[in-house]
Amino acid sequence: MDALFLNQLFNGASLASLYLLAALGLALSFGLMRVINMAHGEMLMLGGYLAWMTLLVVPGAMGIILAIPVAFIGAAAMGGLILSTLIRRLSARPLDTLLATWGVSLILQQGARDLFGAVGVEVRAPEWLTGSFVAFGVTLPSARLFIIAIAALVLGALALVLLKTRIGLLVRAVNQDRMMASATGIDVQRVDLTVFCLGSGVAGLAGVMLALLGPVTPNVGQSYIIPAFLVVVMGGLGSIVGTTASAIILGLFAALAQIFVDVSVAQMLLLVFVILFIQVRPQGVVAVKTRQLDA
Amino acid sequence: MSALLEIAGLSSAYGQSRVLWDVDLTLARGQVMALIGRNGVGKTTLLHTIMGTRPVTGGTLHFDGRDMTAMPAHGRARAGIGFVPQGRHVFPQLTVMENLETGLSALAGRGKRSAKVPQHIFDLFPKLWDIRGRAAGFLSGGEQQQLAIGRALAGEPSLLLLDEPTEGIQPNVVQQIEAALVHVRDELGMTVLVVEQYLDFVWRFADRYCAMQNGRIIRQGAIADETAKDVAHLVQI
Repeated sequence: MDALFLNQLFNGASLASLYLLAALGLALSFGLMRVINMAHGEMLMLGGYLAWMTLLVVPGAMGIILAIPVAFIGAAAMGGLILSTLIRRLSARPLDTLLATWGVSLILQQGARDLFGAVGVEVRAPEWLTGSFVAFGVTLPSARLFIIAIAALVLGALALVLLKTRIGLLVRAVNQDRMMASATGIDVQRVDLTVFCLGSGVAGLAGVMLALLGPVTPNVGQSYIIPAFLVVVMGGLGSIVGTTASAIILGLFAALAQIFVDVSVAQMLLLVFVILFIQVRPQGVVAVKTRQLDA
Repeated sequence: MSALLEIAGLSSAYGQSRVLWDVDLTLARGQVMALIGRNGVGKTTLLHTIMGTRPVTGGTLHFDGRDMTAMPAHGRARAGIGFVPQGRHVFPQLTVMENLETGLSALAGRGKRSAKVPQHIFDLFPKLWDIRGRAAGFLSGGEQQQLAIGRALAGEPSLLLLDEPTEGIQPNVVQQIEAALVHVRDELGMTVLVVEQYLDFVWRFADRYCAMQNGRIIRQGAIADETAKDVAHLVQI
């Protein structure tokens, strides 16, 4: 196999990791509340700027490690704020949340432009992340390896929380039958808030990863949120397994398409691919059967 | 006997159409009340309105001496109302054990938070122990019904709301469920409000009945004073 193919395969894996981190929050909160946060992309942007600020205070290798929890907590807090002040008040009109959160997205982008400038800021990655490995005749940048590792860790941790902890049990119960969950004594609104914060936090973490690859700009979230939506739609709405599978498929597809065509044509092909996929398999990669959806 | 549940002038509506009209109902502690009536007269809606899974649009609801009219469902569950809804509503992708564990959520705030499903539930329904690792969505109707009752009991309620516990279940399993409910009534001393169309069961199980028609309670009485035949016309079409 030629080096270009292997190289793009690797790029695809790191792209899939970013798609996954950006999409997990969308998938989790859609599965639970049937709402879509259009400002989810701005959680990535927020995470990127928080990483940049953390590195201003604590430069060097420790800074990037510290930036991860800072971005996670910052974005989780922002997500919690959006849920409790806006989305929850529109719960009777779910479609309106699309418009309202889109407004939040524009406000956050403009806010970042006013605060940090339109040009964008550069995060200086520590030395151990700027190098690269050579394997099978292909150069593997350390930053991309780091991103893949972090995404795998986040996915593993999330699966562990959902399957093995009490809060995970409650999340699955609310997801499967919201009415019954509240009648068994589960505070469904608190579960909503927890999941929404968690999903926003993971997106913030994805923002740190983005900052390692390129400059953080006010609209950096926009270029990842569209693929993230595609990932969620193709994954089978609200399923973690499906979201993971479709993130990998779409990440690899986008990177491998770039062997033959340029980046913007590859984006277009990605969209066409998802449309065709949904025609053949409307329920997505993994179908989640819930009573609420049948009703 | 003091009243455990007191409902006064309760109403509930789906949008513009009202389905409950000024319902007054009092349940004494330890009482077993059967709610009877034809399909669509508001029996299930009344249970949901008591549970808090449907909004109260008028009137008041007191439980255990506390005003619960505006309290959300999880708060009522934690105060001691257990619910076995029509269609059973087990969590289909959770295992039997996990379903029972969700029921423990109702213990929150009562100073006895437990992470373990009490043994007496498996004593009552030995089958549930044997199938504890299976996904609830694949169980038979009778098994799901036992699971739904077990899940409600895990929250140690003082009032149990049962919506057609014998509906669509084969006769030999109905006997098991009936025996379990008798145990709940006699040994656990639980107050029960049960919706049931199967009058023979009601006459064996309940102390009192109330009959509904068009969203109102039209008749109440003691089981001992009447026969099932006297009220059969209120249930049959």
